[in-house]
Amino acid sequence: MISYTVGRILQTLLVLLVISFIAFLLVATLGDPLGLLLPPEASLADRQELIARLGLDQPLLARFLHFLGGMMQGDFGLSYRTQEGVGAMIAARLPATIELAFASLLVTLFVGVPLGILCGVRPNAAISRVVMLVSIAGITLPNFVVGVLLIAIFSVQLGWFPSFGRGQTVDLGGWTTGLLTLSGWQAVILPAITLAAFQVTFVIRMLRTQLLEVGQSEHIRFARARGLSERRVWFSYAMRNALLPTITMLALQLGNVIAFSVVTEGVFAWPGLGSLFLQSVQSADIPVIAIYLIFVGAVFMIINLIVELSYPLLDPRLRRGRA
Amino acid sequence: MKSFLEALRGQPGPIAATAFILLLVLYAFTVPLFTADPFSMAGMSILDAFTPPLWMDGGQTAMPLGADDQGRNLLTAMAYGLRTSIMVGVISVVIGLVLGGALGLISGFVGGRTDALIMRLADVQLAYPALLLAMVIDAIATAVLGRGRSNEMAIAIVIVSIGIAFWVQYARTIRSSVMIERNQEYVAAARVTGRSNTAILVKHILPNVMAPVLVIATINLGIAIITEATLSFLGIGIPATYPSLGSLIRNGNAYLQSGEWWISLWPCLVLVVLVVAVNVLGDHLRDHFNPKIRGRS
Repeated sequence: MISYTVGRILQTLLVLLVISFIAFLLVATLGDPLGLLLPPEASLADRQELIARLGLDQPLLARFLHFLGGMMQGDFGLSYRTQEGVGAMIAARLPATIELAFASLLVTLFVGVPLGILCGVRPNAAISRVVMLVSIAGITLPNFVVGVLLIAIFSVQLGWFPSFGRGQTVDLGGWTTGLLTLSGWQAVILPAITLAAFQVTFVIRMLRTQLLEVGQSEHIRFARARGLSERRVWFSYAMRNALLPTITMLALQLGNVIAFSVVTEGVFAWPGLGSLFLQSVQSADIPVIAIYLIFVGAVFMIINLIVELSYPLLDPRLRRGRA
Repeated sequence: MKSFLEALRGQPGPIAATAFILLLVLYAFTVPLFTADPFSMAGMSILDAFTPPLWMDGGQTAMPLGADDQGRNLLTAMAYGLRTSIMVGVISVVIGLVLGGALGLISGFVGGRTDALIMRLADVQLAYPALLLAMVIDAIATAVLGRGRSNEMAIAIVIVSIGIAFWVQYARTIRSSVMIERNQEYVAAARVTGRSNTAILVKHILPNVMAPVLVIATINLGIAIITEATLSFLGIGIPATYPSLGSLIRNGNAYLQSGEWWISLWPCLVLVVLVVAVNVLGDHLRDHFNPKIRGRS
């Protein structure tokens, strides 16, 4: 068990190292940092000084180690576009994205899970059929179309919610939050639904399939034969087996959720990491793109790792099998 | 072709999907033949700007779906946009197919270190969603080629970005099929007759591993069209001065707030119908050509 855990952690670190190297190569080979960072009237001495400061006179491997070392100390390079530190830019945008992700997770949990259970336990009920029919829209509609439609209906026609921005935010010592004001909550609702549309559909379909399958299995029939209540059978016996694959599949979809967050933030002008990435792509701001890629890759792989390593906690059979 | 028609027999959903696709393709490729390009001076009439659809006050019979901010007839503009979207989708899928197919063939046939290198590259790429990668490749192309690029250049960049973003799936599928096929007797027979490795790969193995990949390509066509529309909508792909479904929606989105809903919602509708039709067809073909599922239905 321990050697397996250590092995998986090392593997993840290795892939992260490869990703960092590719990201570093992007920064090192593309664009002209001197032309972008130096003012046009800069002297040759200024130029030499900047070359030395950025370490551009070093061999490639030394520059990569310097790049890695810099990241460890919180130095993520300078943006070509704004000439600010990339680390500070990301830190300023992070709260907005995390709050959006959190809000969409709430939507997924409070809409997707109950509907998924409903469709799994009562697959033939009229309401389940309606839910399944509507859920096709969540899979096939492109993410940005969902956003445009929601804006057309709820902010233009009905005027209930704003169509862009975060509303009023409160600064809590470096963390700006929109969740303490009414306008902030109003602003987060449409983007959260847009971002959650895919996850909600996904959870409904996964839970339904899993519950239908588990519902057929021996131990559920046995639980019924023992005279346990339907409620007990579904919620403490069937759900236990259905949740693990659902969580796994959802974690594997995290990459898509990150991509969709870029689209959602673009549609709603949500001032988070996704819009920062979009602006960087539009202006070919390679340093920001590179750090964003490393950041996204790290988040994606660490969450996958946590999910994988937590299986034995959720499923006792795995604990015995590997011990 | 024959097996394609066979796959559709007695299946109303997929037949309807195919009909929709054919209609949309017909619309996209014939309307531009006898109308002026709405993105040239001849194709727009600024006096007709913001003409609403026919059934609303001020609608014109010449513009049944209304006109946009520059007075472009939306019915014509969407044909041009749809044509771009379909072409971008198809060409990018072909690029992904050729690139992934070639790498998959080599990986599966040569094996060893080459195989390991290609597959690890695929693993790293899989850490990122294709949409994000297409954006990054687009940004890299912009950084290399400079910003003052023409419409044609922008379209080429979008096509290549989407193509590269999707190669992994083809490569993996072809690789696993090749690894099975390369040990078959017909390959040994071809080798005995003295054929070169390239000839064996292309003439003997390739035809036997194509079917599952073509099915994946149909499904990816829908995703590629969505990706193009998303990129263009976000202002990264095809510029607003050139018609594609995404750039039309982006253009119309600016007027959504002031109530001119038709400029963005018609292209949205066309996009959704096209993508749903392609997906329905793709899913059906996948199920039909998958022997595991076929026996059960």
